[in-house]
Amino acid sequence: MFPIVQKTSLAPTITKYVIQAPFVARKRKAGNFVMIRVDEHGERIPLTLADSDPAAGTITLIVQALGKTTKHLSSKEAGDTILDVVGPLGTPTPIELHGTVVCIGGGVGTAELYPIARALKNAGNVIHTVIGARSKDLVILEQEMLGCSDAVYVTTDDGSYGRKGFVTDQLKDLLGSIGPVHAVYAIGPLPMMKAVSTVTKISGVKTYVSLNTIMVDGTGMCGGCRVNIGGQMKFACVDGPEFDGHLVDFDELMMRNRSYLEMERQSEARWHQCRLTGEVRPA
Amino acid sequence: MSLDGGGTPRMTRLNSMKPSERMKIPRQQPLEQDATERSTNFLEVSLGFDTDRSVIEASRCLECKETQCTDGCPVGIDIKSFIQLVLQKDYVGAVNKIREANYLPAICGRVCPQESQCESLCVLGKKLTPVAIGKLERFVADYEMKNNLFQSPHIQDHHKEMVAIVGSGPAGLTCAAELAKIGYQVTIFEALHAVGGVLRYGIPEFRLPKEILDLETERIRALGVQIYTNFVVGRTATVGELFDEWGFSAMFLATGAGTPTFMGIPGESLSGVYSANEFLTRVNLMGAYKFPEYDTPVRLGKHVAVIGGGNTAMDAVRTSRRLGAEKAYLIYRRSKEEMPAREEEIHHAEEEGIEFLLLTNPVRILGDERNCVSGIECQKMELGEPDDTGRRKPVPVKGSEFVLEVETVIEAIGQKPNPIIQSTTPGLDTGKRGTVSVNEKQATSRPGVFAGGDLARGGATVILAMRDGKTAASEIAGYLRSRNGDSSGAK
Repeated sequence: MFPIVQKTSLAPTITKYVIQAPFVARKRKAGNFVMIRVDEHGERIPLTLADSDPAAGTITLIVQALGKTTKHLSSKEAGDTILDVVGPLGTPTPIELHGTVVCIGGGVGTAELYPIARALKNAGNVIHTVIGARSKDLVILEQEMLGCSDAVYVTTDDGSYGRKGFVTDQLKDLLGSIGPVHAVYAIGPLPMMKAVSTVTKISGVKTYVSLNTIMVDGTGMCGGCRVNIGGQMKFACVDGPEFDGHLVDFDELMMRNRSYLEMERQSEARWHQCRLTGEVRPA
Repeated sequence: MSLDGGGTPRMTRLNSMKPSERMKIPRQQPLEQDATERSTNFLEVSLGFDTDRSVIEASRCLECKETQCTDGCPVGIDIKSFIQLVLQKDYVGAVNKIREANYLPAICGRVCPQESQCESLCVLGKKLTPVAIGKLERFVADYEMKNNLFQSPHIQDHHKEMVAIVGSGPAGLTCAAELAKIGYQVTIFEALHAVGGVLRYGIPEFRLPKEILDLETERIRALGVQIYTNFVVGRTATVGELFDEWGFSAMFLATGAGTPTFMGIPGESLSGVYSANEFLTRVNLMGAYKFPEYDTPVRLGKHVAVIGGGNTAMDAVRTSRRLGAEKAYLIYRRSKEEMPAREEEIHHAEEEGIEFLLLTNPVRILGDERNCVSGIECQKMELGEPDDTGRRKPVPVKGSEFVLEVETVIEAIGQKPNPIIQSTTPGLDTGKRGTVSVNEKQATSRPGVFAGGDLARGGATVILAMRDGKTAASEIAGYLRSRNGDSSGAK
């Protein structure tokens, strides 16, 4: 059992959890993820580690409540426990001295980007960070990003904060204005990462993306996370989750990720029903 | 040939019947759930023997002097002695006799391929049918469970050394039990949230109920073995860290062969294509057969094609049937004779209405506009010259392509070891297909590190994994004794 030590709301639907998981905390590196299972009947889902405190034995997860499992998680409070947390999984982000790096976070992907941006900054890179969100209230970690970036730019779809538009608009401007860009790290929804990769492919800037896929075990056992990288089958859980954005077949992955849409809706509806009628199953 | 086993003195016999009388008794058949009924539920197919059948079956044993049956058992169970105890109705004595050689009798009595091991060497089988050794093993183990008669063995010695076991499948559980029985401090590290490895995620409930696995696991805990679940060695802590920081003195790696392989044909990324591992893990480990009561879903069409001819393929196709597939096809590129699956499983699958498409090879998976599976294109094969495995090699028949309409495709064409430990452990030699190299003592290239089961074999049976676990336990004990300067046990 893994106790939730602290729970903080960062934005509507986006919550930060600090969880006691000492073994994971000791070993976490930027780019790692954990698999969690909230209770006995729950699904195993991958969540990227936003941070850890080895001394306190805690890990930090920043999660947007979108489906059944993440909503169930958001019903937990500090003091409650999560049944299973396993990790740190995945191949950590290779942190190198590139020179100038543009880090792009879309939505809750900014939380996954944060530890990478910080590690890249510590490695001596010049960091330009772009945070994209639908609207002002969904912009997260701006202060934290300011702390590890040389410049931070915010774009919102509706223009309620920062620049109105998409992260790619800002990226195009940066590619033409800040001198040579040596690498781009983009984490967010698949369409965003696809758009970023399309832009950087033209200018030939090395681009790293972090793929969220279907996953059951997270240790290389199920093959549900298989992705097409330059015509080769790779497992996101062990070979990734980060890959060269120019080689990823995003369209195929977006199709695959829709496999369980209907069942996810069914699961979520059932959960809401149980909550409404008070028949919350025992934890 | 002397039928009474080569002139065994009469006085050692427990069975008062003459061999000729015993040979008249037909092999007892276990009770089984009706095929139509069971193909809609996940309850166990075989209900095993009752006491009457067990005693009758035990009385068929010729009590040979040369116990070839034991020679056929990978872990060397004293089969004649345990059968004699059954005959005396000392069922607990019988299960304890088995447990001297094998700590997981309720599991082996269910999943061991007895027909190609102990029973294949039974003298009775040469002219008649062999003693149903497997069913007797299962009976005594179940009898003990049902009547709550298990007593944990008394551990006489106590050693200060700690041994880490990586993986809680059949190899790991066996090694842990054997080392704990002789007084070592044993800790098992399991990557998943539940114990059992392939016994948990791979073998379905209808062949091995999870309740049985849970009970066998409890018995291992009762020996003082500590189990960490949610612990991926290589990630949560490396092999090096377990030695240097955790203080383990020796280690047994038994992480199995959990990485699925795919055929590499077009269409494998479509929704509705599974590795057998993913499909079975969703159902067995995550409870997808109880969706939406359990959150993990599984997509299953009315028409399902499973590719492969091994036990995993049988498990996947029979599971599909139970989940409601109206047509469940098993596609295998060779003929039935070459199938690696157990006879009993093939037979059960046929009874349950599985359609076997033999000498058939899939070439392409077809999808619809929503990127979901809509069919599978196959070609017919014919058997040519024998290949390097000695089996006749299937070759395609030109112009024989046809399309089978299915909405789900499950590939069960084999697994290879998970690479996490190999890639994070310096000095660990690996072999072909990602296996960890071991010598006859199950020792790896790294001192104090032993390995076995599918991690070293690349894909074999539960019982061979258990044999490796047992061998490793005795070699680890020898290694630790020799390290302490006591050469008596060191080899």
